Amino acid sequence: MATDIIIHDKKDNVGVVVIEKITPKQECACWIMEDDSSANIQSMDEIPLGHKIAMIDLNEGDTILKYGHDIGKVVKSIKKGEHVHVHNVKTKKW
Amino acid sequence: MEIPKSFLGYKRENGRAGTRNHVIILPVDDISNACAEAVANNIKGTIALPHSYGRLQFGADLELHFRTMIGTGCNPNVAAVVVIGIEPKWTKKIVDGIAKTGKPVEGFHIERTGDIGTTMKASKKAQEFVMWASEKQREECPLSDLWISVKCGESDTTSGLAANPTVGNLMDKLEPLGVHLCFGETSELTGAENVCAKRGATPEASEKFMKTWNSYNDFILKEATDDLSESQPTAGNIAGGLTTIEEKAFGNFQKIGNCKFIDVLEPAEEPTKGKGLYFMDTSSAAAECVTLQAAAGFNIHLFPTGQGNIVGNPIEPVIKLTANPLTVKGMGEHIDCDVSKILTREMNMSQAGDELIKSTLRVANGRLTCAEALGHKEFVMTKLYRSA
Repeated sequence: MATDIIIHDKKDNVGVVVIEKITPKQECACWIMEDDSSANIQSMDEIPLGHKIAMIDLNEGDTILKYGHDIGKVVKSIKKGEHVHVHNVKTKKW
Repeated sequence: MEIPKSFLGYKRENGRAGTRNHVIILPVDDISNACAEAVANNIKGTIALPHSYGRLQFGADLELHFRTMIGTGCNPNVAAVVVIGIEPKWTKKIVDGIAKTGKPVEGFHIERTGDIGTTMKASKKAQEFVMWASEKQREECPLSDLWISVKCGESDTTSGLAANPTVGNLMDKLEPLGVHLCFGETSELTGAENVCAKRGATPEASEKFMKTWNSYNDFILKEATDDLSESQPTAGNIAGGLTTIEEKAFGNFQKIGNCKFIDVLEPAEEPTKGKGLYFMDTSSAAAECVTLQAAAGFNIHLFPTGQGNIVGNPIEPVIKLTANPLTVKGMGEHIDCDVSKILTREMNMSQAGDELIKSTLRVANGRLTCAEALGHKEFVMTKLYRSA
């Protein structure tokens, strides 16, 4: 089956869109690279190729995990299936 | 795939091998560019390497200038060198440094002669060199004569998902065969610095890496007016879906596969600990980084990109790969190796690594890269601080 979203690591709470875009309410097939497993998620937003989708509900202050590592903090709460990017996530470095 | 054990390269006097056979006209300083370019225009098959610096530099910055100049001339992709500077002393210093390789090199200074007289004298020598070099033939060289540098640019999430791990797969396969490997980009490991430090092959290598990274980070904290959020990630990175420097760093880090680095190099420093992976302290600006790696003696470069960086180098061929299908579609003339089928799972990482090994060997054997065919020859000196 075609893959819409790739997730690096089982621990990750975000996935990456790998088709040209996904549209709201789309049932998406996810592939988890680490253990070659599958998952499904319904999108809430339109999300373009290469951008991230939240795999679970995330609250302000939560840590985003990708590659199994901390890649930043949530600055505005995010619902499962929503677009995750600079509008709701910031670096912890600066 | 069975990996070929050799490639066709140019054997040099010092035992190294080149993937190219350039005769370069190397200006010592900014004001000698015009003369160097005039010589390269006169003598077909030579290439001038104009740049912006070389006057009134001092201390570590001047040392880096000389290291970059001499290292560029010493690179095995260079058959012979004409050096042109305004005054004799620094010109001679660079000539003497390059001469240690045993390759033909001659210097000319412009003071007391002027551009026209110098151009004439240097052109005669350049003609002699290029006609001599044109008779060099490619010979079978062991794969271990490849010194492969890597750097990514205009990254997006497809870089971390697929193009960078493809380079990592190549490293995992070629490292046991005795090649030299080099990654850099001190700034773009920010967020992954502790994980990267653990990849040191020895405690000394790990410690040296952390010292290098901390020194960079202290500089940023001291110099930055606010933070790096305007430039890291870049606008192109953000358009491609990268949100934070940490995300970019962990994507970047995929390029070294499971390899461990045996030493940390100064910018443009030649590795001396034998085969294996090295980390070099470099800027993450593409042309600056590749110029430093070429000056350290690396003879072929792998450049994974997401949104489509177009950089090239005058002496070290730069092979581009991408996993972003939109980049392949929109700017395919810049892409040497398309691994976008990883995203549709029609290609696995090992197959992608094999494809990249094939592309690398074709280019090592003489196939022009996209950047070479398009005339990209970005030669950019790294400057550490302002001149006197």
